[in-house]
Amino acid sequence: MMALLKRDLAIATRSGGAAMLGVLFFLAVVAVIPFGIGPDLNLLSRIGPAILWIGALLASLLGLDRLFQADREDGSLDMLVMQDWFGLVATVFVKSLAHWLATGLPLVLAAPLLGLLMNMTALSTGAVMLTLLAGTPAISFIGAVGAAIAVALPRGGLLVSILVLPLAIPILIFGVSASYAAVTDPDPFLPPFMILSAITLFFAALGPVAAAAALKGASD
Amino acid sequence: MSDTTASQGWFTSLANPTRFLALSGRVLPYLAAAAVITSVIGLYMSFTAPEDYQQGITVRIMFIHVPAAWLAMMCYSVMAVASIGTLVWRHPLADVAAKSALPIGAAFTFLSLLTGSLWGRPMWGTWWVWDARLTSVFVLLLMYLGLMALHKAMDDPARAARPAAVLTLVGFINIPIIKFSVDWWNTLHQPASVIRLDGPTIHASMLYPLLVMAIAYTLIFFTLHFMAMRNEIWRRRVAAMRRQAAQSIGGETRP
Amino acid sequence: MQAVATKLTGRRGDSLLFEDVSFSLQRGQALVVTGPNGAGKSTLLRMLAGLLPAESGTFVLSGDDGVAVPVAEFAHYLGHRNAMKRELRVSENLGFWKDFQRSEAAEGLSIDAAIEAVELGGVAHLPFGYLSAGQQRRIALARLLVVSRPLWLLDEPTAALDRRSDQLFAALVRDHLAQGGMAIAATHQPLGLDDTRSLVLAGRHRAASGSVESWS
Repeated sequence: MMALLKRDLAIATRSGGAAMLGVLFFLAVVAVIPFGIGPDLNLLSRIGPAILWIGALLASLLGLDRLFQADREDGSLDMLVMQDWFGLVATVFVKSLAHWLATGLPLVLAAPLLGLLMNMTALSTGAVMLTLLAGTPAISFIGAVGAAIAVALPRGGLLVSILVLPLAIPILIFGVSASYAAVTDPDPFLPPFMILSAITLFFAALGPVAAAAALKGASD
Repeated sequence: MSDTTASQGWFTSLANPTRFLALSGRVLPYLAAAAVITSVIGLYMSFTAPEDYQQGITVRIMFIHVPAAWLAMMCYSVMAVASIGTLVWRHPLADVAAKSALPIGAAFTFLSLLTGSLWGRPMWGTWWVWDARLTSVFVLLLMYLGLMALHKAMDDPARAARPAAVLTLVGFINIPIIKFSVDWWNTLHQPASVIRLDGPTIHASMLYPLLVMAIAYTLIFFTLHFMAMRNEIWRRRVAAMRRQAAQSIGGETRP
Repeated sequence: MQAVATKLTGRRGDSLLFEDVSFSLQRGQALVVTGPNGAGKSTLLRMLAGLLPAESGTFVLSGDDGVAVPVAEFAHYLGHRNAMKRELRVSENLGFWKDFQRSEAAEGLSIDAAIEAVELGGVAHLPFGYLSAGQQRRIALARLLVVSRPLWLLDEPTAALDRRSDQLFAALVRDHLAQGGMAIAATHQPLGLDDTRSLVLAGRHRAASGSVESWS
């Protein structure tokens, strides 16, 4: 399984890989917001955490359709599916983890830069980073389900986003509310953050199982 | 048969890059030495320049910031010229020049944004504002990064050359926007004070260090650019040799 | 070790591809599946590999002691596609599968030895995408060597191979059989193997019984 993690990360960082594309997309999405709503710094700093979270969500969804499709196109997927049930679930888990390391983690690291552009305070930026760190893995894990369902479909990319976005809404809700709770005084930070972490753990358990079931059924 | 002619075509096209390698190999040491010397002189002049009566010591950021911004635009212009070379004459060296300038241009752009941000904090009270000049430079950075991603997305450099050249030329409209943004829109960023029709408006004690720094930056750019181009040429040769090696193994003649 | 298929039925959508396919295979034996296009050769092989559910019937792989073993861990499947990444070096590709499919039971050849076995010595450091179609197919065959598994399920294994590579491949399969392995191959071309059984899928398509009624 370490071999799989190593391989997927190598592919993501080699030429043609998607590792940096997610961050660039994140940067571009967040950068167009001020064009849309105007350069009012106070407004930007108020909605900054929400913008960063939406940008990260969209950027995470970006490469998801390739998660299994690339393996299907070259035939590797057959060998991945040709395992016992536990092996397949572990495979999906590792692939989702590799996807997060290649696209999710760079988003967390890029967040401070964008926080600066959004005129967010250091505390607010830190809170967004922390919630992104805790929350974006959930997107990769639940996204694996959508990717597995859409693996055999042409133009699966849009479909994956449509399938996964509704499931990702709770992540967004608690991610953003925890980020705001860290800045606005009366709201406690911990409860929404704990729920966010719980969602990630839950999806980390549920996502691979569901995706493995979908892959088993989809192979033809 | 078509395969052997294609590989011969590739090798004749390497003839020019070979001349470039020889020439740049001879020029590079002098270029690098000149870059180091002017940088040292420029930095010394920058630190001995008088402090601004309003801005105090922070004015020295200007000597790093302004040339970086100039170079960010110049680098893109170099790429645009090279892109014309790619599209019109299909010269492989033009593509190499455009591609290897990308990371350098991105670095200069990032440096100008970074130093501008550091300068803006004490002057304007904020790290970042979405005014026309800053935003257009930020768009320039995104374009550099996007072009880099485009090159990275295609494993065959020959296929990436033309689309990248087209995109570079389309993106060139951003350069005049950056240059004139401070005149066209009323912004927080100060208007041009060095390159203007009626002569520079800044004092000579600041102008000279700035100009020396600009020369130093330009020399640094060309040093790095030549080095990057040489690397890229070698990288492509390695790729070509690998493909050849792959063909010769196992007694197969198919491409 | 033996492989026994009993009364396998395969269907694709609503049409029945084959019915009552039964065979048994002992160590050292090969089964060549032939038949016209669309007869269900690929479907049968994917079914044997466990990639498709069988409509009815069973396929059991059992060890020398008669205990059934999971096909997924004791069989190699080589499909139409090569299961290699263009971006990665040949050695990285083979190394990945060696690690990923490793079993405690038996070690396969080393990566270099496997590459030598398909007569492509020297390509280990090259990206897979640089190889020609024929070379890529041979590397895909090398994957079967780096992890040793008794049953080979081969779907059009010699596609994209020239005559010489064809013979090379036949020799590899012969070696595998000589070492007590088994092979089931779907192919149009003769593999040049002696002691093979053959299975002909006639490819009589007809609507699956009951499917018409269930819709009317």
